[in-house]
Amino acid sequence: MESLTLSDVEQKYYSELFLFCDVDNTKKVASNGKVLDLFRAAQLSNEVVHQITELCGATRLGHFGRSQFYIALKLIALAQSGLPLRVESLNNVRDLPLPRFVMGKNEQEMRHAVMFADTENQGPYLPRPPGRVQAKKVSAHEMIQPCVPTVDPQPDTTSPVVSPHQSPPTSPHAWRKHKRQASGGNVDRQPSVPGVVWPPFREAQPGPVTGDGLWSAHSPPPVQESWVSFTDTPPSCTLPMHPPSAQQLQQENSNGGLLLLTQPESTTVRTVPSSMTTNEIQRQTSGYDDPWKITDEQRQYYINQFKTIQADLTGFIPGSAAKEFFTKSKLPILELSHIWELSDFDKDGALTLDEFCAAFHLVVARKNGYDLPEKLPESLMPKLIDLDDSAGVPEPDPEVGFSASPVEVTPNKSPSMPSLNQNWPELNQSNEQWETFSERSSSSQTLTQFDSNIAPADPDTAIVHPVPIRMTPSKIHMQEMELKRTGSDHTHPTSPLMAKPPELSEETKLAAAIKFPGTTVGDGYSSSDSFTSDQEPISSAVNRQRSHSGTSPEGLKVVAPPPPPPRIITSHSRSSSLDMNRNFAAVPAGPQQPGVVAFPPAVPPRPLPTQTSVPHGHRSVEGDGLPSHPSTSPQQMPEQPNFADFSQFQVFAVDQPADDGEKPSDSGQAERSAETTGTMRTAKNEVQAEERNANSVNSAKVSTPLAPPPKPVRRRLKSEDELRPDVEDLPQKSTVIATVLATQPSIPRSIGKDKKAIQASIRRNKETNTVLARLNSELQQQLKDLLEERISLEVQLEQLRPFSHL
Amino acid sequence: MAVCIAVIAKENYPLYIRSVPTQGELKFHYTVHTSLDVVEEKISGVGKALADQRELYLGLLYPTEDYKVYGYVTNSKVKFVIVVDSSNTSLRDNEIRSMFRKLHNSFTDVMCNPFYNPGDPIQSKAFDSIVSTMMVQAF
Repeated sequence: MESLTLSDVEQKYYSELFLFCDVDNTKKVASNGKVLDLFRAAQLSNEVVHQITELCGATRLGHFGRSQFYIALKLIALAQSGLPLRVESLNNVRDLPLPRFVMGKNEQEMRHAVMFADTENQGPYLPRPPGRVQAKKVSAHEMIQPCVPTVDPQPDTTSPVVSPHQSPPTSPHAWRKHKRQASGGNVDRQPSVPGVVWPPFREAQPGPVTGDGLWSAHSPPPVQESWVSFTDTPPSCTLPMHPPSAQQLQQENSNGGLLLLTQPESTTVRTVPSSMTTNEIQRQTSGYDDPWKITDEQRQYYINQFKTIQADLTGFIPGSAAKEFFTKSKLPILELSHIWELSDFDKDGALTLDEFCAAFHLVVARKNGYDLPEKLPESLMPKLIDLDDSAGVPEPDPEVGFSASPVEVTPNKSPSMPSLNQNWPELNQSNEQWETFSERSSSSQTLTQFDSNIAPADPDTAIVHPVPIRMTPSKIHMQEMELKRTGSDHTHPTSPLMAKPPELSEETKLAAAIKFPGTTVGDGYSSSDSFTSDQEPISSAVNRQRSHSGTSPEGLKVVAPPPPPPRIITSHSRSSSLDMNRNFAAVPAGPQQPGVVAFPPAVPPRPLPTQTSVPHGHRSVEGDGLPSHPSTSPQQMPEQPNFADFSQFQVFAVDQPADDGEKPSDSGQAERSAETTGTMRTAKNEVQAEERNANSVNSAKVSTPLAPPPKPVRRRLKSEDELRPDVEDLPQKSTVIATVLATQPSIPRSIGKDKKAIQASIRRNKETNTVLARLNSELQQQLKDLLEERISLEVQLEQLRPFSHL
Repeated sequence: MAVCIAVIAKENYPLYIRSVPTQGELKFHYTVHTSLDVVEEKISGVGKALADQRELYLGLLYPTEDYKVYGYVTNSKVKFVIVVDSSNTSLRDNEIRSMFRKLHNSFTDVMCNPFYNPGDPIQSKAFDSIVSTMMVQAF
């Protein structure tokens, strides 16, 4: 006997067959009976069989040893391929197809075997009519049944394990061609025709079975091995077995299941689950149009495995547990990492049941030699994300991922391709959705945004600090509301206030700005438009605590917090005055907010009887200048009749602060005050008159407590005055405030006229409030304008300045 | 838009670095390395409430005549550095921020992978694809 050189495929196949015939489990000798049966199954004439037997030397030995068996098999192959039986040809013939054996355990198998034999061809793919497939399936199931039991008692015979590989949907040849490849699909398999068409455990494949060829590129041993590993059996012991088992797998003996069952290598404990798994895999591999589809058996197996890790099927498998589990599959970590990335759909670091099944499926595929897709195939997508509907039919995209669409798959795959780089259409949509999904779920984005939002870049935001103008919180609010409205109603209680500022500041933008609320009122105001826009931000800013990332200082300046709840001023005029005190006290606290100064629009300060010092411009109005005001006020009295109502209070208010001293007030203020709306003056006149009526002492008293508050306001006003010529209003406003303040405290003093006085004081306080609110809004608008100017200047500066960096 | 994107670990060794004009890689590697100093300087500045107040986006770290380097640091001191070409229409700050955001997201995904050992070079294909999208835009 000459030495026989077998290719790997042949080696494997032959060893499988040998094992199959090794009924006695001797591992050395194939029982004659079995061998003869096998030979007969080769559909060779008896003569040929005898000849072969002789040639292989079995007759000499009387039994079939392994070598004899192998030789015999090879001869059978020769015979089947029509070549003369010659010993010499054993090693000479290249590309000898593997011997085919058409042996069936049962009728059905035979039937199928026959069918397979009929349809067998050298081609790698056999398009199997669905009917056949069905039949096969049935038989497969039946076959599997016996296989399973055999597996248990005989660890060696692990047909189920083998079967998966054996059951490429397309054709037995197909997977035959793909000899086991531990990894990476090997492409060229010898076009041997599997001797025995392993009745595929195929699933009914409606479409072209060629798609199944994908599965061909897997090697049973690795799968077995993988399964073994999953079942915690030491994989190492299976290693040496692979080739033979592989061969067995390759051998599509009609005994099919039995042959496959005979796997001496499979010393690894094949638990039932593993066998089941392999069965499932078989089924899975068989007949897919979509190789990525998970069959029911597979899914069931996966679910069982899931349960072993995590009893609750609706729960998650944590990453660490999954890592251990999948590490047992002996795939390289990089691939496992990739599988994880594909299967962890929601990127939560844990696997749900669906994700786990997908991951498991991918591992199986990889073990079988399939390349991992770039993107998760549609069929593996977790049900949570309903992408299947939207994904539609992905377009064929070469070298992209695997697709789930069988239609797409078929044309892309070459029938004989075990190739792993199939042109699977890419599930772009799903991926994009997936990505967006994950993006949405990411938190870093929100973190970053939070950071940027939180950072109050603009120091002006500090200005937003609310200076509670408790006097007229409601009115301010109303003012704001009115600001929002393009046309405010005069009926609005604040309207008078609104009307006031415009009247007061004829030329000032502020007046125009304030015009908002008083748009209906102010007619002759210029730049109303700009201010209308300003008003918007003002109002909106007021409503918002934080304006924004400092983009518009205008908005910032007005970002005063919502006006505090209206204070009940009616109860105590004194308290209200105290409020005023507090207000003004607060005002100084926020020196950065000139706009918040809510001095009523130019109310000509009424010269306090008690104070005659500091006849400054409008400052003097406030207290010291009060005396001067009266001089001016009467002059302007007729100018602004509207202010008449409030002038009294304004004057009062003005008186008060005036006392404190607007001494440092600029002379300019005096000028401005002179120029400023006469209403203030007129009002002041009236106020003065009233004040005079009122106890000057009272006013003095009032003024003193009020003195501090107005001071800073006035100072602020001064600053603004410097900036704007139209700040005239401010001092007037301050004076108005002062007067108002002054008036208020005076009222309660007169006990005699309590009711009337109280009512009057209430009225005056309200009016003062409105006036102050007006002032406030006006000032705010002025501030806005200032900021606008500043911004524009800064922009110009930026443009002019050469870029220092980059 | 970027010509080079790098992910640097806490210990200041690169986990991932990739640049588009592959011939000039060494130059970008060097640039990224030098920019680390700037990053350190920025993140060491905040003494109080370390992570809370420190913003993740560091902004423009270092401009040269050819390109600009932007930095971003996570709360675990993993740094992302993006080098963009200056000749590009200067990208708005928001665009750079969004790029960093995407990087951070995909980096988080890589971290979530139990098979990834922190400290290993990043070999995730998903991460690569994200980076490619950001870099391909440039050309």
